[in-house]
Amino acid sequence: MRAKNVLGIIHAQNYAPQTLAELTSFRTFASVPYGGRYRMIDFPLSNMVNAGITQVGIITESNFQSLVDHVGSGRPWDLARKREGMFILPPYNTSSAIIGHGTKLSSLYSISDFLGKARQEYVLITDTNTIYNIDYKDLFKFHTEKEADITIVYKHGKAPAISDLMMFAIGDDKRINEISVSNGNDAGAETNYSFNIILMRKSLLEYLVRSAIAHNATSFERDVIQANLQTLKVYGYPITGYSAMIDSLKTYYKANIDLLDSENRGLLFDKKKPVDTKICDNVPAKYGLDAKVSNSLIADGCVIEGSVENCILFRDVKIARGAVIKNSILMQGTVVGSNSTLNAVITDKNATITSNKNLSGDASYPIYIAKGATV
Amino acid sequence: MARKNECIAMLLAGGQGSRLGILTKKIAKPAVPFGGKYRIIDFPLSNCVNSGIHTVGVLTQYQPLELNDYIGNGEPWDLDRANGGVHILSPYQQIEGTEWYKGTANAIYQNINFIDKYDPEYVAILSGDHIYKMDYADMLAYHKEKNAACTIAMLEVDWEEASRFGLMFVNEDGTISEFEEKPAVPHSNKASMGVYIFTWSKLREYLINDEADPNSSNDFGKNVIPAMHTAGETLVAYPFKGYWRDVGTIDSLWQANMDLISPEAGIDLDDPTWKIYARSPSAPPQYISDRARVRNSLVAEGCEISGDIDCSVLFANVTVEEGAVIRDSIIMPGSVIKKNAVVQYSIVAENSTIGEYARVGSSEQECEKGEWGITVIGENVEIEKEQIVPAKAMIAKEDA
Repeated sequence: MRAKNVLGIIHAQNYAPQTLAELTSFRTFASVPYGGRYRMIDFPLSNMVNAGITQVGIITESNFQSLVDHVGSGRPWDLARKREGMFILPPYNTSSAIIGHGTKLSSLYSISDFLGKARQEYVLITDTNTIYNIDYKDLFKFHTEKEADITIVYKHGKAPAISDLMMFAIGDDKRINEISVSNGNDAGAETNYSFNIILMRKSLLEYLVRSAIAHNATSFERDVIQANLQTLKVYGYPITGYSAMIDSLKTYYKANIDLLDSENRGLLFDKKKPVDTKICDNVPAKYGLDAKVSNSLIADGCVIEGSVENCILFRDVKIARGAVIKNSILMQGTVVGSNSTLNAVITDKNATITSNKNLSGDASYPIYIAKGATV
Repeated sequence: MARKNECIAMLLAGGQGSRLGILTKKIAKPAVPFGGKYRIIDFPLSNCVNSGIHTVGVLTQYQPLELNDYIGNGEPWDLDRANGGVHILSPYQQIEGTEWYKGTANAIYQNINFIDKYDPEYVAILSGDHIYKMDYADMLAYHKEKNAACTIAMLEVDWEEASRFGLMFVNEDGTISEFEEKPAVPHSNKASMGVYIFTWSKLREYLINDEADPNSSNDFGKNVIPAMHTAGETLVAYPFKGYWRDVGTIDSLWQANMDLISPEAGIDLDDPTWKIYARSPSAPPQYISDRARVRNSLVAEGCEISGDIDCSVLFANVTVEEGAVIRDSIIMPGSVIKKNAVVQYSIVAENSTIGEYARVGSSEQECEKGEWGITVIGENVEIEKEQIVPAKAMIAKEDA
């Protein structure tokens, strides 16, 4: 299987809106900021491009302004092409009905035209609540060698609290023998859970989605994958390297803090498989005379006069003299006034913490300051 | 013919910049890295775009490979345009033969056809070796108001420094009465910034005459502008106030980088109304470890810092290992400073390695009088473990 023969499909939306509601009430999951300068979609998009995929469709349902702003024409990923490239697939109306997305299944049905027109023989479908850097070419090879109908990337570990999470019983030959679909109540159980990176023939996807819709089915996981486990050869491909699935503010916080470990950073930002993102023309970070920074990731455009420890600072964060920031994630444009103290705080974009404030959360329950808010 | 442009810019980027020594061994001066993420040419290019000039010819000649690669299709500066945009103009073969650009005026002369294509009223002639932020639209308005044939941007410099510049005597109405080229004893402190706006129909005529003169050295400052002056054309000086530095020498390049760290120096790059654009690498945010100490410095993305940094400018993807000390220095992209090495008052060019316990450069106090200067390590150089590189030394990679 050649990468050029694989069509990429990315679900920008999270179909269970209660997951990470703080960060996704006004933006898609795909455009959730991560790791100092990235957005969640940078990971699936870069992985696809690094493997040689040349056409990617991004399915989105609502609140996609920040997404469109971030991906633009697709240039940072070299997907601004005359032939193929990147396509944003919003919902649309027909004369008879709104072909809404609503569920993963109906959203895949709504892009039937896009799927039909694409010349690729295979399709690779991903979500945007996951962080990883894997070589999809190895996955393609695995799929071919196993003569699989469907290959699903999975992770062994504690199940995240996500509805419609597929959990697998996998044989020695990596064939998936059994699938159970969780409603989030299995969270924490040690299992093999789906990373929702799914590879199959495009014609098979089209057929499975069409027949599920014809039978009034609603769940992609139950009615497309689980229901056909006995008739199709479904294989599991274990994820390698650093990876995380975000199911809450707590796991979001942890996945960011994980980057302070140099091994995780090396795996995720592998120089041979770079993670690309939108270019902003920020100046280099500026450290003042009294700056004190330790074990932190700092993005361009930051101006640091105070003290920063175990933190992730996104672009253009300003820390005034005397401020002490610990164990926190400050998104783009956050301003912290003099002599304020922050511990285990997540600030969304353009938040302002005025002088002499004291905010303290805990790694298990970080404090979240909303976009544009002033404390 | 392309759509008419009122004003286009021609950027002279062919100079070797020999006074920058080994830094310009493989690259033209405008391509020299500056300020943690920029190259010198980003300043005039960004000024053009911010001033509303969207057609820019970049004249290259010396070591153009890296510069051409860097400019590419002009996308980082928003100069990938259907009408206009950035164009690399190298000397080319013509029916009478091939000629290098003999001088700054000849470089423009050889590209008269390019300029004519846009049918401009005015042409800005810029040089690619200065650090400054300037609105050329204001200067153009001044040029039009004075009904001038040529407007020269002018800066009042310190008297002690004046003899390094081309100087002008300016009448009360802004017209220029006399020129003085780098005199031993200056009688004016009004220096030319190397930024010109010409009325194209006039300049075109003088360029053709200049080319016909076998005794001319085909230079704007030496030949074309004096000829216009002699012929009685209106030449005016446009007074500019603000930060402007010629970074043609190692010392001035080092100092201009240091100016970015001190707020009182007068150049602020963190200005949303006048951004300086650059082609950026794709690198993760910088990581500052718990053994690091970083103060009073500029650090770009992709750096991994465990050492002690003070008063320095670090470009993208620089690694500073534990115990290493960097003081008053400029470290260009991809270089590695190994454990316990000390780098001070130095410029380390791209992708070089400073070995463990090596000492590069020294402070003024440690040196004999007159012996001190900035140390320069060229690109792809390996300084060995415990090696000592004295002040003012220049070390280049030996050619294979």
